[in-house]
Amino acid sequence: MASGILVVVEHEGGQPKKTAYELLTKARELAAGLGGGVSAVVIGSDSAADLGDYGAEKVYTVSGASYETYGTEAYTAALSAVLDEAQPAVVLAPASAASRDYFPRVAARKGLGMASEVTELSSAGGTVQGKRPVYAGKALVSVSINSTPALYTVRPNSFGAGEAVGGSAEAVAVSVDAVTERSRVVEQVKSSSDVADLTEADRIVSGGRSLKSEDNFKAVIVPLAASISATPGASRAAVDAGYAPHSWQVGQTGKVVNPSLYIACGISGAIQHLAGMRTSKVIVAVNKDAEAPIFQHATYGIVEDLFEVCPELQKAFAEAL
Amino acid sequence: MKIGVCLKQVPATDTRIKINAEGTGIVTDEVKWEVNPYDEFALEAALLLKEAGKASEVVILTVGGSDCEQRIKDGLARGADSAIRMDDASFAGSDALGIARVLAAAATKAEVGLVLCGKQAIDGDSSQVPGMMAELLDWAQVTDISSLELDGETVTTHRAAGAGNKAVIETKLPAVLSCDKGLNTPRFASLRGIMMAKRKKIEVWGAADLGLNDADVGGTAAVLVEQGMSQPPARPAGRMIDGGSVGEKVNELVRLLREEAKVL
Repeated sequence: MASGILVVVEHEGGQPKKTAYELLTKARELAAGLGGGVSAVVIGSDSAADLGDYGAEKVYTVSGASYETYGTEAYTAALSAVLDEAQPAVVLAPASAASRDYFPRVAARKGLGMASEVTELSSAGGTVQGKRPVYAGKALVSVSINSTPALYTVRPNSFGAGEAVGGSAEAVAVSVDAVTERSRVVEQVKSSSDVADLTEADRIVSGGRSLKSEDNFKAVIVPLAASISATPGASRAAVDAGYAPHSWQVGQTGKVVNPSLYIACGISGAIQHLAGMRTSKVIVAVNKDAEAPIFQHATYGIVEDLFEVCPELQKAFAEAL
Repeated sequence: MKIGVCLKQVPATDTRIKINAEGTGIVTDEVKWEVNPYDEFALEAALLLKEAGKASEVVILTVGGSDCEQRIKDGLARGADSAIRMDDASFAGSDALGIARVLAAAATKAEVGLVLCGKQAIDGDSSQVPGMMAELLDWAQVTDISSLELDGETVTTHRAAGAGNKAVIETKLPAVLSCDKGLNTPRFASLRGIMMAKRKKIEVWGAADLGLNDADVGGTAAVLVEQGMSQPPARPAGRMIDGGSVGEKVNELVRLLREEAKVL
């Protein structure tokens, strides 16, 4: 009989990402209400790392040449095989570029219900309930899943990562029949920067159309972001004007973000931008227009010209950190 | 080759979303509807392939009631050749898997060799239907593409792989591709296109046409259940940092970030 919670661990070279600890912490809390244990799955590495220390009783691994770079069909087959082996009641995975791609495929293959990008999870009456933003966060919908297992992807930074609880995991290597990848990765183009992805970033510094040029983004936003190890972002207006690449766009037709600190420089706060960043824990707005809607949502606001504030702020950050 | 383009109607991005009194959905009275922005990239990509002589026909696939027809006509006016609207009382209450079953069955019946969709619909924001369709069709998939080239049976795409990285992916058709912003710049409908659209056909297919029943679609088949909507919690009122020079305001901000908000 299916029971327990399986956490999908994403990693870099075997080292689990922060989301793994966030989800293991949440899984322990949910398992206390649901019954059953907590286990983890690592695809593309045979290392259980310190997952046992954070509450995983078993760590299923699928490793081999087919899993070194992400491939839709290889990952779909791997997770499907682990679900058969582990028989969990609930699966938690980080919402990511990979899970966006292969989780729906796993759900369709096995006829499972999936809730994407939940930001809240609770257990009651022996089942899990989730809440997820819809309309880019303008509303929340409560969801439950009528299949076993139930698949949830969780927006990064939704839950805090707890302390290690001590413990060791039993490692279980799962072998998976080889699949033919019909979509073949022929090249990986690495980003020139090594900052966190916007969706996973803990700090973000974003610029709006008031930046006036791509050069100003590079001269003002990028170094300010770098001074606090933040990821640079941009409003749709700035992206559409060609000042910043689309991969930087925060908002309804860009990335929905969830950092601890979001600094909005020269962003007026259009509905579609607010939708993408409103769950940030602390929002700082810098805009010379005191009437800008962004100030209604800001934790702290400064009504000044961003070109004066940003260099000063960069200096102050450099001194403070 | 025929290309199917999935097209959904959604509230415009500048819509203020209000939740109805029952908490079951949104108030639609004042909503301005538009084509899902990501579906516009999919349609544009299909039209470009047809114009380049790499596709014979572009057919719009929409699941929805007659109220969607204006959005379908918009797509036809931009240059799609025909449209099929999947509509049946039994589709009500379908989850993403149910909708994917409808679209996959439609893609098969319409004999398309490539399906292009938006990477997500900006209402439900699930991003599930493209991958589910691909699996149900047993086709290849690439999601979130920002570049597309078709050469014979091989399509080369760029996919965002997280943290600004990109993967260049070669795929053998048939495939489902989901489109991200940056893929192209969608055209507007021309006056001539709008006139021509009036003569284009919108077929309507129901569950029986698609060989689907209650086990596949609708509320009884749904495995993801929505139990009510709520407004996101309001943010507590913020604080304006007033008084003093720019430098003093900045220092006060850094102090607050550190001591009060504790995020530094």
